[in-house]
Amino acid sequence: MNKSKIVSALIKSGRALFNSVPLIFGTVLLISLFIKLVPPSFYLKIFTNNVLFDSFIGSLVGSVSAGTPLTSYLIGGELLKGGVGLIAVTAFIVAWVTVGIVQLPAESMVLGKKFALIRNLLSFIFAIIVAILTVLILGAI
Amino acid sequence: MDFKKIPGSWYFLLIVILSYLFLFIFHPEIYHSCLEFFAKIISEILPIFVLIFVLMVITNLLFDSKFISKHIQKEKGIGKWIFVVMGGILSTGPIYMWYPLLANLKEKGLSQGLIATFLYNRAIKLPFLPLMIFYFGVKYVLVLGLVMIFLSVIQGKIINKFMEVKK
Repeated sequence: MNKSKIVSALIKSGRALFNSVPLIFGTVLLISLFIKLVPPSFYLKIFTNNVLFDSFIGSLVGSVSAGTPLTSYLIGGELLKGGVGLIAVTAFIVAWVTVGIVQLPAESMVLGKKFALIRNLLSFIFAIIVAILTVLILGAI
Repeated sequence: MDFKKIPGSWYFLLIVILSYLFLFIFHPEIYHSCLEFFAKIISEILPIFVLIFVLMVITNLLFDSKFISKHIQKEKGIGKWIFVVMGGILSTGPIYMWYPLLANLKEKGLSQGLIATFLYNRAIKLPFLPLMIFYFGVKYVLVLGLVMIFLSVIQGKIINKFMEVKK
Protein backbone atom coordinates (compact mmCIF):
# COMPACT_ATOMS: atom_id res chain seq x y z
CA MET A 1 0.00 0.00 0.00
CA ASN A 2 1.14 3.51 -0.91
CA LYS A 3 2.95 5.13 2.06
CA SER A 4 1.74 8.66 1.24
CA LYS A 5 -1.86 7.39 1.13
CA ILE A 6 -1.45 5.93 4.64
CA VAL A 7 0.06 9.18 5.94
CA SER A 8 -2.75 11.16 4.28
CA ALA A 9 -5.41 8.88 5.87
CA LEU A 10 -3.71 9.22 9.28
CA ILE A 11 -3.63 13.03 8.99
CA LYS A 12 -7.24 13.25 7.73
CA SER A 13 -8.54 11.00 10.52
CA GLY A 14 -6.41 12.70 13.18
CA ARG A 15 -7.63 16.12 12.06
CA ALA A 16 -11.29 15.01 12.06
CA LEU A 17 -10.97 13.54 15.54
CA PHE A 18 -9.04 16.56 16.84
CA ASN A 19 -11.76 18.88 15.48
CA SER A 20 -14.32 16.87 17.48
CA VAL A 21 -12.38 17.27 20.75
CA PRO A 22 -13.85 20.65 21.85
CA LEU A 23 -17.37 19.47 20.97
CA ILE A 24 -17.01 16.15 22.81
CA PHE A 25 -15.40 17.67 25.91
CA GLY A 26 -17.85 20.58 25.91
CA THR A 27 -20.81 18.24 25.54
CA VAL A 28 -19.65 15.86 28.29
CA LEU A 29 -19.07 18.86 30.59
CA LEU A 30 -22.58 20.11 29.79
CA ILE A 31 -24.12 16.65 30.29
CA SER A 32 -22.39 16.42 33.68
CA LEU A 33 -23.77 19.83 34.62
CA PHE A 34 -27.25 18.94 33.36
CA ILE A 35 -27.35 15.61 35.20
CA LYS A 36 -26.14 17.13 38.46
CA LEU A 37 -28.41 20.20 38.31
CA VAL A 38 -31.59 18.83 36.74
CA PRO A 39 -33.25 15.99 38.63
CA PRO A 40 -34.33 12.97 36.49
CA SER A 41 -37.92 13.68 37.53
CA PHE A 42 -37.80 16.84 35.35
CA TYR A 43 -37.09 15.17 32.00
CA LEU A 44 -39.14 12.15 32.94
CA LYS A 45 -42.06 14.61 33.10
CA ILE A 46 -41.42 15.70 29.47
CA PHE A 47 -41.36 12.10 28.24
CA THR A 48 -44.66 10.52 29.13
CA ASN A 49 -44.08 6.95 27.87
CA ASN A 50 -46.55 7.66 25.07
CA VAL A 51 -44.88 6.03 22.05
CA LEU A 52 -45.94 8.64 19.48
CA PHE A 53 -45.49 11.70 21.68
CA ASP A 54 -42.07 10.62 23.01
CA SER A 55 -40.74 9.75 19.56
CA PHE A 56 -42.11 13.03 18.17
CA ILE A 57 -40.35 15.06 20.89
CA GLY A 58 -37.14 13.02 20.44
CA SER A 59 -37.22 13.58 16.68
CA LEU A 60 -37.97 17.30 17.09
CA VAL A 61 -35.06 17.88 19.48
CA GLY A 62 -32.72 15.77 17.30
CA SER A 63 -33.76 17.70 14.17
CA VAL A 64 -32.83 21.11 15.51
CA SER A 65 -29.55 19.87 16.97
CA ALA A 66 -26.36 19.75 14.96
CA GLY A 67 -22.87 18.33 15.30
CA THR A 68 -20.99 15.09 15.08
CA PRO A 69 -23.05 11.89 15.63
CA LEU A 70 -20.67 11.08 18.51
CA THR A 71 -22.27 13.91 20.49
CA SER A 72 -25.77 12.51 19.89
CA TYR A 73 -24.65 9.06 21.13
CA LEU A 74 -23.21 10.64 24.28
CA ILE A 75 -26.36 12.65 25.02
CA GLY A 76 -28.69 9.79 24.04
CA GLY A 77 -26.73 7.27 26.10
CA GLU A 78 -26.72 9.45 29.20
CA LEU A 79 -30.46 10.26 28.78
CA LEU A 80 -31.15 6.53 28.56
CA LYS A 81 -29.16 5.96 31.77
CA GLY A 82 -31.23 8.75 33.32
CA GLY A 83 -34.46 6.89 32.61
CA VAL A 84 -35.65 8.37 29.30
CA GLY A 85 -37.31 5.72 27.09
CA LEU A 86 -35.46 3.96 24.25
CA ILE A 87 -38.01 5.12 21.64
CA ALA A 88 -37.45 8.81 22.46
CA VAL A 89 -33.67 8.37 22.57
CA THR A 90 -33.65 6.45 19.26
CA ALA A 91 -35.80 9.09 17.51
CA PHE A 92 -33.44 11.73 18.89
CA ILE A 93 -30.20 10.14 17.63
CA VAL A 94 -31.70 9.18 14.25
CA ALA A 95 -33.12 12.69 13.64
CA TRP A 96 -29.80 14.19 14.76
CA VAL A 97 -27.95 12.43 11.94
CA THR A 98 -30.61 12.36 9.20
CA VAL A 99 -32.35 15.74 9.45
CA GLY A 100 -30.15 18.69 8.54
CA ILE A 101 -31.87 21.96 9.41
CA VAL A 102 -28.50 23.73 9.59
CA GLN A 103 -27.41 22.38 6.20
CA LEU A 104 -30.82 23.01 4.60
CA PRO A 105 -29.81 26.23 2.75
CA ALA A 106 -26.70 24.57 1.26
CA GLU A 107 -28.61 21.41 0.37
CA SER A 108 -31.38 23.49 -1.26
CA MET A 109 -28.88 25.45 -3.34
CA VAL A 110 -27.01 22.43 -4.65
CA LEU A 111 -29.68 19.72 -4.88
CA GLY A 112 -32.87 21.80 -5.22
CA LYS A 113 -35.27 23.40 -2.73
CA LYS A 114 -38.10 20.90 -3.24
CA PHE A 115 -35.75 17.92 -2.86
CA ALA A 116 -34.15 19.32 0.30
CA LEU A 117 -37.50 20.13 1.92
CA ILE A 118 -39.12 16.77 1.10
CA ARG A 119 -36.01 14.84 2.14
CA ASN A 120 -35.71 16.58 5.50
CA LEU A 121 -39.43 16.34 6.22
CA LEU A 122 -39.42 12.62 5.37
CA SER A 123 -36.30 12.11 7.50
CA PHE A 124 -38.10 13.73 10.44
CA ILE A 125 -41.09 11.38 10.06
CA PHE A 126 -38.81 8.41 9.39
CA ALA A 127 -36.90 9.06 12.65
CA ILE A 128 -40.17 8.37 14.48
CA ILE A 129 -40.89 5.25 12.39
CA VAL A 130 -37.30 3.95 12.77
CA ALA A 131 -37.49 4.43 16.56
CA ILE A 132 -40.80 2.59 16.89
CA LEU A 133 -39.76 -0.25 14.55
CA THR A 134 -36.36 -0.71 16.22
CA VAL A 135 -37.83 -0.93 19.70
CA LEU A 136 -40.63 -3.24 18.51
CA ILE A 137 -38.14 -5.59 16.83
CA LEU A 138 -35.85 -5.53 19.89
CA GLY A 139 -38.82 -6.42 22.05
CA ALA A 140 -39.75 -9.30 19.77
CA ILE A 141 -36.29 -10.92 19.52
CA MET B 1 -3.78 35.99 15.90
CA ASP B 2 -6.78 35.69 13.58
CA PHE B 3 -9.74 34.78 15.81
CA LYS B 4 -11.93 34.20 12.74
CA LYS B 5 -9.86 31.10 11.95
CA ILE B 6 -10.68 29.47 15.31
CA PRO B 7 -13.58 27.00 14.81
CA GLY B 8 -16.81 27.78 16.68
CA SER B 9 -16.54 24.52 18.61
CA TRP B 10 -13.56 25.93 20.60
CA TYR B 11 -15.67 28.93 21.61
CA PHE B 12 -18.38 26.48 22.71
CA LEU B 13 -15.84 24.67 24.93
CA LEU B 14 -14.58 28.02 26.27
CA ILE B 15 -18.12 29.10 27.25
CA VAL B 16 -18.71 25.78 29.03
CA ILE B 17 -15.35 26.09 30.86
CA LEU B 18 -16.30 29.65 31.91
CA SER B 19 -19.59 28.28 33.30
CA TYR B 20 -17.56 25.78 35.32
CA LEU B 21 -15.34 28.62 36.54
CA PHE B 22 -18.46 30.42 37.69
CA LEU B 23 -19.55 27.26 39.51
CA PHE B 24 -16.11 26.87 41.08
CA ILE B 25 -16.35 30.38 42.55
CA PHE B 26 -19.98 30.38 43.69
CA HIS B 27 -20.91 26.70 44.14
CA PRO B 28 -17.69 24.71 44.64
CA GLU B 29 -19.56 21.62 45.86
CA ILE B 30 -21.61 21.39 42.60
CA TYR B 31 -18.43 22.12 40.61
CA HIS B 32 -16.59 19.17 42.22
CA SER B 33 -19.56 16.87 41.78
CA CYS B 34 -19.92 17.78 38.06
CA LEU B 35 -16.20 17.43 37.45
CA GLU B 36 -16.18 14.02 39.09
CA PHE B 37 -19.04 12.92 36.84
CA PHE B 38 -17.23 14.38 33.79
CA ALA B 39 -14.05 12.45 34.66
CA LYS B 40 -16.08 9.24 35.04
CA ILE B 41 -17.68 9.56 31.57
CA ILE B 42 -14.40 10.58 29.88
CA SER B 43 -12.46 7.69 31.44
CA GLU B 44 -15.17 5.31 30.16
CA ILE B 45 -15.26 6.60 26.59
CA LEU B 46 -11.60 7.56 26.01
CA PRO B 47 -10.37 4.02 25.14
CA ILE B 48 -13.22 3.76 22.60
CA PHE B 49 -11.80 6.76 20.76
CA VAL B 50 -8.61 4.83 20.00
CA LEU B 51 -10.74 2.24 18.18
CA ILE B 52 -12.71 5.02 16.47
CA PHE B 53 -9.44 6.53 15.18
CA VAL B 54 -8.26 3.16 13.80
CA LEU B 55 -11.59 2.62 12.03
CA MET B 56 -11.51 6.15 10.62
CA VAL B 57 -8.02 5.56 9.18
CA ILE B 58 -9.13 2.28 7.58
CA THR B 59 -12.26 3.89 6.07
CA ASN B 60 -10.29 6.87 4.76
CA LEU B 61 -7.66 4.55 3.34
CA LEU B 62 -9.99 2.24 1.48
CA PHE B 63 -12.88 4.42 0.34
CA ASP B 64 -12.70 7.88 -1.17
CA SER B 65 -15.20 9.98 -3.13
CA LYS B 66 -13.71 8.95 -6.52
CA PHE B 67 -14.08 5.25 -5.70
CA ILE B 68 -17.69 5.67 -4.55
CA SER B 69 -18.78 7.93 -7.44
CA LYS B 70 -17.19 5.57 -10.03
CA HIS B 71 -19.09 2.56 -8.70
CA ILE B 72 -22.41 4.39 -8.23
CA GLN B 73 -22.35 5.26 -11.93
CA LYS B 74 -21.28 1.77 -12.98
CA GLU B 75 -23.93 -0.24 -11.11
CA LYS B 76 -27.43 -0.88 -12.51
CA GLY B 77 -30.89 -1.86 -11.15
CA ILE B 78 -30.93 -3.26 -7.62
CA GLY B 79 -27.13 -3.19 -7.66
CA LYS B 80 -27.29 0.59 -7.87
CA TRP B 81 -29.50 0.78 -4.75
CA ILE B 82 -27.19 -1.60 -2.88
CA PHE B 83 -24.13 0.40 -3.89
CA VAL B 84 -25.76 3.71 -2.96
CA VAL B 85 -26.54 2.28 0.51
CA MET B 86 -22.94 1.04 0.87
CA GLY B 87 -21.56 4.29 -0.52
CA GLY B 88 -23.52 6.31 2.04
CA ILE B 89 -22.32 4.12 4.91
CA LEU B 90 -18.69 4.18 3.79
CA SER B 91 -18.52 7.86 2.84
CA THR B 92 -16.47 10.01 5.18
CA GLY B 93 -16.04 13.73 5.85
CA PRO B 94 -18.62 16.48 6.33
CA ILE B 95 -21.79 16.40 4.23
CA TYR B 96 -21.09 19.70 2.42
CA MET B 97 -18.02 18.08 0.87
CA TRP B 98 -20.33 15.64 -0.89
CA TYR B 99 -22.89 18.14 -2.27
CA PRO B 100 -20.88 19.10 -5.41
CA LEU B 101 -20.23 15.43 -6.22
CA LEU B 102 -23.91 14.52 -5.74
CA ALA B 103 -24.98 17.50 -7.90
CA ASN B 104 -22.59 16.25 -10.56
CA LEU B 105 -23.99 12.70 -10.34
CA LYS B 106 -27.52 14.13 -10.57
CA GLU B 107 -26.59 15.87 -13.82
CA LYS B 108 -25.24 12.56 -15.08
CA GLY B 109 -28.64 10.93 -14.45
CA LEU B 110 -28.53 9.65 -10.86
CA SER B 111 -32.11 9.84 -9.56
CA GLN B 112 -32.97 12.11 -6.63
CA GLY B 113 -34.25 9.06 -4.76
CA LEU B 114 -30.83 7.43 -4.98
CA ILE B 115 -29.22 10.65 -3.75
CA ALA B 116 -31.65 10.73 -0.79
CA THR B 117 -30.84 7.09 0.02
CA PHE B 118 -27.13 7.89 -0.11
CA LEU B 119 -27.60 10.85 2.25
CA TYR B 120 -29.74 8.81 4.67
CA ASN B 121 -27.13 6.08 4.94
CA ARG B 122 -24.44 8.63 5.77
CA ALA B 123 -26.11 8.55 9.19
CA ILE B 124 -24.64 5.07 9.75
CA LYS B 125 -21.03 5.77 10.66
CA LEU B 126 -18.95 2.60 10.91
CA PRO B 127 -16.01 4.23 12.75
CA PHE B 128 -18.38 5.62 15.42
CA LEU B 129 -20.13 2.31 16.10
CA PRO B 130 -17.89 1.36 19.08
CA LEU B 131 -19.26 4.31 21.09
CA MET B 132 -22.82 3.47 20.07
CA ILE B 133 -22.29 -0.18 21.08
CA PHE B 134 -20.83 1.00 24.41
CA TYR B 135 -24.05 2.87 25.23
CA PHE B 136 -26.73 0.78 23.50
CA GLY B 137 -25.34 -2.72 22.91
CA VAL B 138 -24.58 -4.77 19.77
CA LYS B 139 -28.15 -6.03 19.27
CA TYR B 140 -29.61 -2.53 19.30
CA VAL B 141 -26.97 -1.19 16.87
CA LEU B 142 -27.54 -4.09 14.45
CA VAL B 143 -31.34 -3.75 14.49
CA LEU B 144 -31.21 0.04 14.19
CA GLY B 145 -28.75 -0.19 11.29
CA LEU B 146 -30.89 -2.70 9.38
CA VAL B 147 -34.12 -0.72 9.97
CA MET B 148 -32.40 2.46 8.77
CA ILE B 149 -31.05 0.79 5.64
CA PHE B 150 -34.50 -0.63 4.82
CA LEU B 151 -36.25 2.71 5.36
CA SER B 152 -33.57 4.60 3.42
CA VAL B 153 -34.59 2.70 0.29
CA ILE B 154 -38.29 3.40 1.00
CA GLN B 155 -37.42 7.09 1.41
CA GLY B 156 -35.56 7.03 -1.90
CA LYS B 157 -38.55 5.43 -3.67
CA ILE B 158 -40.95 8.02 -2.16
CA ILE B 159 -38.68 10.89 -3.21
CA ASN B 160 -38.50 9.49 -6.74
CA LYS B 161 -42.32 9.52 -6.84
CA PHE B 162 -42.50 13.10 -5.51
CA MET B 163 -39.91 14.40 -7.94
CA GLU B 164 -41.59 12.63 -10.87
CA VAL B 165 -44.81 14.64 -10.26
CA LYS B 166 -42.90 17.81 -11.12
CA LYS B 167 -41.93 16.46 -14.53
